[in-house]
Amino acid sequence: MRIGVVTFPGSLDDRDAQRAVRLAGAEPVALWHGTHDLQGVDAIVLPGGFSYGDYLRCGAIAARSPIMAEVIDAANSGMPVLGICNGFQILVEAHLLPGGLIRNDHGDFIRRDQRLRVESIDSAWTNGFELGQEITIPLKNGEGGFIADEATLDRLEGEGLVAFRYLDVNPNGSLRDIAGLRNERGNVVGLMPHPEHAVEPGFGPNTPEAMRSGVDGLTFFTSVIKQSVLS
Amino acid sequence: MPTIVVEVMPKAELLDPAGKAVAGALHRLGHEGISDVRIGKRFELHVDVADAAMLETARQLAADMLSNGVIEDVVSVHVAEEAVR
Repeated sequence: MRIGVVTFPGSLDDRDAQRAVRLAGAEPVALWHGTHDLQGVDAIVLPGGFSYGDYLRCGAIAARSPIMAEVIDAANSGMPVLGICNGFQILVEAHLLPGGLIRNDHGDFIRRDQRLRVESIDSAWTNGFELGQEITIPLKNGEGGFIADEATLDRLEGEGLVAFRYLDVNPNGSLRDIAGLRNERGNVVGLMPHPEHAVEPGFGPNTPEAMRSGVDGLTFFTSVIKQSVLS
Repeated sequence: MPTIVVEVMPKAELLDPAGKAVAGALHRLGHEGISDVRIGKRFELHVDVADAAMLETARQLAADMLSNGVIEDVVSVHVAEEAVR
């Protein structure tokens, strides 16, 4: 399986995402924002960072970059697309996921190993988890507060589209503790925490067993590989 | 050159941490009469001709790209007074 990782001006975690794809057993393919070429990939990751310096709004300019026309078409055709942090903000700005992401309610940038509860396993990127599984994934953002109007929040809850919820603390004021979403079809997932930073023992978050041994993020990537094998 | 001004504000019901920080600083400076501050954006679009069609284009852009309706409101789209420039 070939998984494309789009690099925008200001992307930071594109190489980390490529590495996560490789560790999961797929072939990473570097994609460039300024082209219209998806290079025949089977899935796409929009990585974290500060595309276009967060100018205008986080993800707003990236969502209108050349390659996003193809990414949006592919997503609407069912191709798996994962948006991580700034990638989640891009998905929201591209209207592939609902709601908006605003500055953390406390005003500070936050970086912590964040516990999450898996709220939906009906997606290309979460099918390898167990429903209700508690995982730990690094979180690092300044504008991660998820908001939507009450009707949208109720619909997301009712249709099971909340993919991840923050546990222990709400780190950024996200409404209803929402950390990540999936779309109705289950091919598009976006979240603020960074699964690509929890894929290899020695480099992940701490666990009760050993320092930096957390690899809960790997399941995102093995999930999409498993789905492609089965389909 | 004619200029079309687009003004965008964070929605009133949303917390505006930047505005809140400024309001806090003003209170510390003794300006108790200023109860709140909200910070928005002003775009100045320099256009060849500020006619009705361009104004309509600006309104579209204000709604589609310059603002995000989930978190912001477009409060004004207007042609700037020449005297200001």
